[in-house]
Formats: sequence, structure tokens, C-alpha cells
Amino acid sequence: MAHVETHDPNTPLEYRSETGRLNILGFWIFLGAEIALFATLFATYMVLTHRIADGPALGELFEVKSLLIQTFLLLTSSFTCGLAVHEMRRHNVKGLMLWMIITLGLGLGFLYFEIQEFLHFIHEGANIGTSAAWSGFFVLVGTHGAHVTFGIFWVTMVLIQVAKRGLTPATSAKVFITSLYWHFLDVVWIFIFTAVYLMGMVMHHG
Amino acid sequence: MKWDEFFVTGDPLIYGADVSIVLTMVGILFYLTRYKKWKWLWTEWLTTVDHKKLGIMYIVSAVLMLFRGGVDALLMRTQLAVPDAKFLDSQHYNEIFTTHGTIMIIFMAMPFLIGLINVVVPLQIGARDVAYPYLNAVSFWTFFIGAMLFNISFVIGGSPSAGWTSYMPLASNELSPGPGQNYYLWGLQIAGIGTLLTGINFLVTILKMRAPGMTLFRMPMFTWSSLVTMVIIIFAFPILTVALALMSFDRLFGSHFFTLQGEGMDMLWANLFWLWGHPEVYIVILPAFGMFSEIISTFSRKTLFGYKAMIWSMLLIAGYSFLVWVHHFFTMGSGAAVNSVFSITTMAIGIPTGVKIFNWLFTMYRGKIQFTTPMLWSLGFIVNFVVGGVTGVMLAMAAADYQYHNTYFLVSHFHYVLIAGTVFACFAGLIYWYPKMFGYKLNERIGKWVFWLFTIGFNVCFMPQYFLGLDGMPRRVYTYSEESGWGPLNMVSTIGGFMMGIAFLVLVYNMYYSFRFAKRETTGDAWDGRTLEWSTPSAMPPFYNFAKIPEITGLDHFWRQKQAGKVEKLTAKDIKKIHMPSNSGVPFIMGSFFFVLGFGFVFDWIWMAILGGIGVIGTLIYRSFEYDDGYYVSEEEVIETEKISK
Repeated sequence: MAHVETHDPNTPLEYRSETGRLNILGFWIFLGAEIALFATLFATYMVLTHRIADGPALGELFEVKSLLIQTFLLLTSSFTCGLAVHEMRRHNVKGLMLWMIITLGLGLGFLYFEIQEFLHFIHEGANIGTSAAWSGFFVLVGTHGAHVTFGIFWVTMVLIQVAKRGLTPATSAKVFITSLYWHFLDVVWIFIFTAVYLMGMVMHHG
Repeated sequence: MKWDEFFVTGDPLIYGADVSIVLTMVGILFYLTRYKKWKWLWTEWLTTVDHKKLGIMYIVSAVLMLFRGGVDALLMRTQLAVPDAKFLDSQHYNEIFTTHGTIMIIFMAMPFLIGLINVVVPLQIGARDVAYPYLNAVSFWTFFIGAMLFNISFVIGGSPSAGWTSYMPLASNELSPGPGQNYYLWGLQIAGIGTLLTGINFLVTILKMRAPGMTLFRMPMFTWSSLVTMVIIIFAFPILTVALALMSFDRLFGSHFFTLQGEGMDMLWANLFWLWGHPEVYIVILPAFGMFSEIISTFSRKTLFGYKAMIWSMLLIAGYSFLVWVHHFFTMGSGAAVNSVFSITTMAIGIPTGVKIFNWLFTMYRGKIQFTTPMLWSLGFIVNFVVGGVTGVMLAMAAADYQYHNTYFLVSHFHYVLIAGTVFACFAGLIYWYPKMFGYKLNERIGKWVFWLFTIGFNVCFMPQYFLGLDGMPRRVYTYSEESGWGPLNMVSTIGGFMMGIAFLVLVYNMYYSFRFAKRETTGDAWDGRTLEWSTPSAMPPFYNFAKIPEITGLDHFWRQKQAGKVEKLTAKDIKKIHMPSNSGVPFIMGSFFFVLGFGFVFDWIWMAILGGIGVIGTLIYRSFEYDDGYYVSEEEVIETEKISK
């Protein structure tokens, strides 16, 4: 329901159409549902975390180096994503593109290290079927990883549209929404970092 | 897999169903081709984004599902009518009670209510459509595809048989092998996507699309109940999504969330299921409360008593709905302390619910009550629902629950709340808003027959079950012995069940009869209503709903305008061009790909699931690149539609 409206010049581009405003609000609410979704996965993980059956303990296989690299890449990507939206607000398509592509690169890097880590765990004898604890781990962290993967494809699609159409109320709302999504994944990662990795390692190594 | 593993074979009932399915499909195809209706079907229905048409499609699907779930119920009642009956074997009986429960909750009650919400809420808030019309179509098609996927299980592959609660380890690969349980997982998963999207869509619609002047505390009660319901959906459905996904992982990829091996935890499933399942109960009862509020107020000719108390009690119920889930398994080892907490929260829900009951009674007090059929259903609701509510409080006492648990007492309790609450509301709402949807009322005389047949049948069916339960008859048993002494009451119960079946047939006949013979409405105000949906000049609102968006000055705005003799008449100069969203075939196509995806996972044919998944993603990408800003309806067309003389 796009109406052309007149606006205060200070209104950000993404809020200038009715569709843009509605979509952004709707997406915030969707993120509320995502919080419920991840909360359920976290609760499941917490309940199962010590149920390792005959398999290795979680903390036994976690490695600080890989964890820190992943965390660094993803947190930085959230910062660059913020810069991209900042450039969008300045109507600077080039800046937006540049920072978003860097964001995607960092996201890909994150995924690379995450997949390496998963392969390493599987190599060490811990896969989704090893024990309840590892099932919980792989599905929680894997769901986050799947979200990042989806996000990379989604942002790419939106960037192609920006390249084709320039910054309009419609495309800028899409960019803004993908940025909300991206930041949200960062927030989830912080909880994974703490509740899965730090607690897992502390529990194991004391 | 051999063909006789793919199709369900060996049971004459199933062969009968096969034949009737094939005949119905041939009949429909013949009709569509013979009368050249394919194009009409595609342009008017399959591609529509109009909330009223989507609502009607939801309701039609729900009535079909009511038929399917009802047949399941009558098959069970036939088997239980006499002791040691041989009509159904135990496996078949298990399948039938599983599909009965699942279909009635997920594919009948919810879509029926969501259908009425679709039709009514945008009209009640003075909006021309929902916030996301395209997404609304996606919601419908994912629901519909989920329902179809679940429904074909009884002829292809076999039905789930682990109960609608699907407790683990009963629902695991070891104890429920084959595709049956997978149908449950994927049917619900796909339909659940649609429900979540509906939740977001209508929350934003109600928050952002209201006509000017309609503050939150001027909204009609049905809209309020829908708002609260949507909030519950948004927080409850992701839990179901996760629970279903985890069980799918257990069954498909050998993970150990709920299994007995690998230190999985079967009680985790029970907790997750009811963490969604109890809010789900309120998802299907709050819109019912909203409808009764509208109907009782309209036919008592009075403003709803205790408007704000109604709202606060709904909000309280919504909060409590997330804090009571353990009462579904008091006997499963939570311990006295935990049980006590959940026992108290459960009883506490009775308080806001009681407030609502008294508000309805006080709305009628000194009102000029008109005994129309929607009002009869509402009155029937109050009486019968209270019976269900009181037995609910009995069940809420954890210690006493050890006696009632898993008996027909419980079965009767939840049928008293779900039928007398939700189903009565679906009928009442359907009859009440029928002229809004189709331009004529259902026949009142036949309607009263339906009400009395159904309500008496309902009590004859379920009242004996309380006593059977107190006498120790467990639920989910496919037969019982002569010596148990449960035979006579079961026979009575079965007779009541068939009375309800007959009532349903009379209701369907009434739809046909009224279609043929009912007087067509000439105004938009069939019942002398109070809220905005009755303010449209024509009986069925045009696709844009309102030629001019009304300005609201208070609660029951339209009613007060009528009382003051100040109903606005549209003139040509009020009319401006109207912006509307375009139709789209993408949601239907996306739904079809979801079917491929679900069917693939059901039979563990991963290649097929991947193909379906690619199709779904393809439609998402297609939509993302499609910049369709809708279109404008010209002033001339609006003037013509509204029959305004220049």
C-alpha cells in the first residue's frame, strides 16, 4: 500500500513510505518471534548440556582460538553493517555497497570457521547423534549458522536490487530490515558465546 | 517402497474413502471444465489477496475439516457404543483419535477463527485491507497445504497414531515407524508458518491500520480479542516450530532430543509441546470470547458491560496462558512443589474468565434481548462453558487430578470448553457475519433446529463421559469389557454424538436452503449492528471495503450515529481514488512447493524435499525482485460501485 507522501526532509528514506514503515514494524515483531524460537533452543540446550551419554563432554572439544575468530568476525560484521546503514542515510550508494559487501565477507568468514569447527567436532567423534548434549549443541548453533547463511543470500539479493534501482523508499526499507536481521544474529551469537562456549569450557576445565 | 506400502490397503473403510475421494475429485474437475470455471477459480480465488475472500476460503476449509474430524469422532463413538466391539482394531482406533484431535484443533478450530478474523477485523477497524495482503495469502496457502498434507495420510502411507500430543518415546521411529508420524510433524510445521505470519500480519494491522479516531480503547471487543490472540500466537508458535523440528531431527537424522538412547529426555517433548499447547488453547478461545461479546451486546441492544474489565481480563488470561502448562502432566513426576505452583496459576485463570462471564450476564441485564440464532448459541455457550470451566477447576487441583487424569472425565472437560466455547462461537460468528460474507442470512428457523439438535446432542454425548471418567474409564482405549459396566452410558454418549452429526448436516442443508431461498439483504446492516462492519452501504462490502474511511468518535460509533440520526450519506465529492494491492499467484505456487517439500520429508525422500525447498526459495526470490505497488481504483469506478447519483 505505497502512498507517495510529503515528508520532513529529516525522515530517513526507509520510513518515507507507508509500506516501508509497516514492513519495518512487522519485522521487529518477527524478531520477537525469533527470540521465542531461539529461547526455546537455548532452554533445550541448557536442559541437555550434561547428558553426554558415552560421547565427549562439550567443553572437552571447544577451542578458544576458533571461537574467538568467529566472534571477532561476526561482531565486526555487525559494526560494518551499521556503517553501511549510516552511509545509506547519507544517500551514498557506493558507501552502502562497500560496507555491506565487507559485512558479507565477514559473514562468510564466520561461516567458514564455524563449518571448520563442526567438521573438527565430527572428526573428534561428536556429531548430532552422539548424545543429547551434542544434539542440542549442533541444532542451536547450527540454527544460528543457517540464519547467517540465509542472511548472506538475502543481503545479496537486496544489494542487487539497490544496484538496479538505486536508493528508493522501497529498497532502503529492505536494506534497513536486513540490517536489523543481521544485528539480531549478532545478539544471538553473544548468547551462544556465553551460554554455550564459555559456560561449556568453564564447566569442563573449572 | 512397494505400491501396497505407499497406499494404505486392506481395510474396506479406507477403500470406501479412496473411491469417494476419486469421485469427488472427478466431480470437481468435471464441474470446473464443463462450466468453464477454471479462469474464475484462478482469478477470483486462487490468486486473491482480499482479506474477505481469504477469510471465506479459511472458513470453507475449516467446515470441510469439521466434517473430516466429525467423521473420525463418529467412527470412534461407533466402536465404543457397545462393549467388546470389533468395528475398528486398536491400530485403526489409535490413528483415528490422533487425526481427530489434531484436525479439530489445528485444521478446524484455528482456521475457522482466523477465517472470521480475516473477514471481520479489517472491517471493524475501518481499514481497506490488512497490513500485508500478500503475506495473508501466503498464510492461507501454507495452512491449506499443511492441512491437505496431513489429511492424505490415511490413504497414502498411513495416519499418525501417537495421539495429537505425540508423546515421546511413543512417537519415535522405534514405536511409530513409517510415514504416519512424519505427516503430523510436517503438516503442522507447514501450517504453523502460516499461523505465525497471520499473527504478525494482524498485530500490525490492528496497531497501525485503524481508522482515524479509533483509539485502542475504542476498538470493538472482537478486534481486541484478536489483538491479544495474535500476541499469544507470536510467542507460542515458535515453540511448536522448534519442538516439531527437534522431533523431526530425531526421526530423520538420528539426534537424541527426546529419545531413550543417547540420554535424550522424553519429558522435554511434553514440556515443549504444552508450552505451546496451553497458549494454543487460549488462541482458540479468546477470539470466541470476542465474538460472544459482539453478539451479546448487539442482541441485548446495550453497550458491552465492563468494556475495560473485559480487556484487562483478556490480557491477564494471555499472560497466565504461558504459566500453566505443567497441569497437563501433573502425574508425570514433577513433584509436589512444582505441581502446587502450576495448580495455583491454573485456578487463577478462572478469575479473569469469571469476570468475563459476569460481564456478559450484566450486558444482558435489563437489555431488550432478541433470541436470534447467534444469540442462542451465545446463551448456550455461557451455560455449557461454565460446566466445562468448573470441571476444569476440579482438574486443576493437582492431588485430585491423580484421580481424574487420563480418564473420560478429562475428555469430557475439554470437549465442554472447546465445543461449547470455540465451536459454538464458530457457529455463532458464522451465522452472525454470514450476511456480510454472502449477502443473505441463514434461515433462522432451520438455524434454531440446528442449535437445539446440536446443543442437546452435545450434552447427551459428553455429560455421560464425566460419569464414565469418575467410574474409571480411561481415555484412548479402543474397547472395554462387558463387566466394566460402562456399556449403557457409552451407548447414550454415542447417540448424542450422532445427534451432533445430524445437526451438522442440517447446518449444511441450511447453507444450501438459504442460498436458494433466503431474502437478499438490501442494506449493509443486517442485524441493526453497532460496529463499523455494518456501516457499509451494500450488504457485502466492495473489495475496497470503505469508499470513504470513517472518522471514529467513540465506542460503538456506528450505533451512536444511528441513534442520533446522523449516519453519513456519501456524496460524489467524498470520493477519492483508492489504492489497492494487486492479486498474485505466487502464494499458491509457493504453497504447492511446500507440499512437495513436506511430502518428500514424510517419506524420507530427501531429493524431493530439496526440490520443494528450492521451489519455495525460488518463489521468495521472485517476490523480492517483483516491485508491484498495487493499483488505483478510479473515482468513477468507486462512484459506480457505491451507486452514488451525481
